[in-house]
Amino acid sequence: MAKVLMIDYEKCTGCRLCELVCSVKHEGVSNPARSRIKIVKWEWEGRYVPMSCQQCESAPCMSVCPVKAISRNEEMGRVEIDYDVCIGCRMCIAICPFGGMSFDTLASKVIKCDFCDGDPQCVRFCEPEAIQYVDAAEVSSVKQVAAAEKFTGIMQKVAAAIAAV
Amino acid sequence: MALNRKIAYINLTTGEIETKPIPISMRKKFLGGRGLDMYLMYNHVKPGVDPLGPDNVAFVSAGILVSTLASATARTHIGGKSPLTGYVGSANMGGFFAPEMRWAGFDHLVIKGKAEKPVYLWIHNGEIEIRDAKNIWGKTVHETQQIVREELGDREIKILTIGPAGEKLVRFANVMTGVKDAGGRSGMGALLGSKNLKCIACRGTMDIKIAHPQEALDYNKTFITQITSAKVSQTQGKIGTPFIWGSTNSWGGIRTNNFQYNQLEYSDDIEAESLDEVNIGMAGCFGCQVHCRARYIIPDGPYKGVYDEGPEYTAQGAFCGEPGCTKRNTLLVCNHLANIYGMDLLEVGSLTAWAMELYEKGILTDKDTDGLELRFGNDEAMIEMCHRIARREGLGDILAEGGLRAAKKIGKDSIKYLIHVKGMSNLHSDERGTPSLALGIATGSRGSDHLRSRPAVDLYHLPEPVLRKIYSTPVAYDGPLTSDYKDYEGKPWQVFWHETCYEAVDCLGICKYHTTFLAATGPNFEEWSRVLYYNTGLEMSPVDIWTVAERAYNMERLFNLREGLTRKDDWLNDRYFDEPTTRGIPAVQGRTIDREKFAKMIGEYYEHHGWDENGVPTPETLKRLGIDKEPSHVL
Repeated sequence: MAKVLMIDYEKCTGCRLCELVCSVKHEGVSNPARSRIKIVKWEWEGRYVPMSCQQCESAPCMSVCPVKAISRNEEMGRVEIDYDVCIGCRMCIAICPFGGMSFDTLASKVIKCDFCDGDPQCVRFCEPEAIQYVDAAEVSSVKQVAAAEKFTGIMQKVAAAIAAV
Repeated sequence: MALNRKIAYINLTTGEIETKPIPISMRKKFLGGRGLDMYLMYNHVKPGVDPLGPDNVAFVSAGILVSTLASATARTHIGGKSPLTGYVGSANMGGFFAPEMRWAGFDHLVIKGKAEKPVYLWIHNGEIEIRDAKNIWGKTVHETQQIVREELGDREIKILTIGPAGEKLVRFANVMTGVKDAGGRSGMGALLGSKNLKCIACRGTMDIKIAHPQEALDYNKTFITQITSAKVSQTQGKIGTPFIWGSTNSWGGIRTNNFQYNQLEYSDDIEAESLDEVNIGMAGCFGCQVHCRARYIIPDGPYKGVYDEGPEYTAQGAFCGEPGCTKRNTLLVCNHLANIYGMDLLEVGSLTAWAMELYEKGILTDKDTDGLELRFGNDEAMIEMCHRIARREGLGDILAEGGLRAAKKIGKDSIKYLIHVKGMSNLHSDERGTPSLALGIATGSRGSDHLRSRPAVDLYHLPEPVLRKIYSTPVAYDGPLTSDYKDYEGKPWQVFWHETCYEAVDCLGICKYHTTFLAATGPNFEEWSRVLYYNTGLEMSPVDIWTVAERAYNMERLFNLREGLTRKDDWLNDRYFDEPTTRGIPAVQGRTIDREKFAKMIGEYYEHHGWDENGVPTPETLKRLGIDKEPSHVL
């Protein structure tokens, strides 16, 4: 089954190592401006959110591309750009609701997450596991367990409080 | 490549800006960060200048590995003659400023002169602009950064700034970035304030080419694992440095009530477990997987709902141990105030505690304090003093001048109770039971300081073979080493070793928590030689890096000697020798430092450095390190 990036922003510490390793892996340089992943921050609230391509099933970038340079690779579960076809019009950037597409001004090309061909470096280096590479179906089961735990935890607390009274 | 970042000379009096490349020969001699800053400082700051006058020079730099794959490559160094001590001024901070400065094209800034009116620097992809700071002068550390981002229209801008304390020339004002990252010692904020320089805003999107990308990625994984596999790193990653407090306080290693005791009673409310209740998660500096910075929201009191970061171990000591306060709210609020005013919380807490002892002894009276009851354990007084020092009101104005100047003004025998080295207040740890730690603070080049040379692993009772393994590389050592922290034997080598290790860390631009500091297993010279090669292509052996650090440290010594430092400045307050500890475990009770043995330690420490009995580097030492013709004015 195809895998996806599962992002839990509550675990993100905002260190931006993902941005660094992404730019090194893809371009051989340290430069977050060329990274396919971005940590969006509200520093004065302590809120950090990793943003990357969602690899949409029905991707707006794919629909809007006038030269059909963008396609889905079902085996990898990713949306890909064919650079031989791409004309660099940036319509995909304009339409993406997540900012998952960005423009590398140094290479003059559109860039996006490609899962590092199956070994995403952002995942490899994220110690707090804010970004994980998991089977698409697993995402909801992980969330179900977390939500259930929270829910039963509250129930137990209430029960304990009642018992104490 | 990682070595093509430039140096910029900025004259605030004339508005002239000049940029130059940094020759590779200087990289090999000093690497970057603190190392090259110390060379620049010796070359550009004329002897005897007023630290707050236009002739002093401010240096801002990134370590040579900053923004590369070497784990937590986030450190900014700020240098200049210290307004607090008159000797080496040197402060170091994490966060995200230094990486941004490198992506904007610069490694070193040399800031001279004084602007006519408040200004700030805007550095963007190789360009530097001096801009009017009228909108931000008077604003707090947090406000300033938000206003500048809005003004320049980019939320990714990273800013190094001073707060109101720096503007008011509080002699221990910080340079800061982000919420709490602080270049927090030796008064570098006052130095920028004296130049009418409010902040430096940076934004860069220029490549830093990694010399061997795949090797750098793979080795970084190994390097990070070496760091994060240490239990101490894992604990730090959960609750930050406050974890140190509980154990240190329980054995009697915390100095309280301004050195009168060595343990804080009833401290549950300010310990890590209590702080954990208000912690909303941890944060990391650039590229760091230890993530030791706690995020918190003040839960109650007049500051309820305010977001800030920390507090660290130092804040626990400064706002609780030293003034004898035991309320979590005091700690959280004072930490926040120090962050927004931009001042060294260690000095704020230490000097307030000193004033409390003077008040209790009748040296300061209600008249001096404007009616504030400056007694130990008065939490409200501690909070109030944060405001008064930052705003230079009443007694706060006197304390804002730093301990030595304040003691002169207060007179009587106030100096007797001032716990300082070279005019800088000591950390709140009590070193009477630990001679190695005492030697470290007595000899630090920027004054009393635990981040200059503290051999923290000396407290771990490590077996001798382990000590041998650590301390016999990268240069040979076959002298004594003992596992007992109470000993005087062999400790000078440990202090010398850590001093050199931490200097290297500051030249590289990585964090001290990523080396042999709190974790005995942390990476050092051997591993740095490899990361340096993979990231920058520079081929330097572990011994080469050690030599760079030694060279840089000697530049600091030369600077201090030129400013009049003598052997007697490498010494402690008499209380270390005369007043025995009264609390703690039996092994640390009734302890003092032995004057004779301590003097002998200092002699040995000088010998390891290749300095004479007066602490002056011998001509052979300077020649060996290639700094016998300084100042050489290459940069």
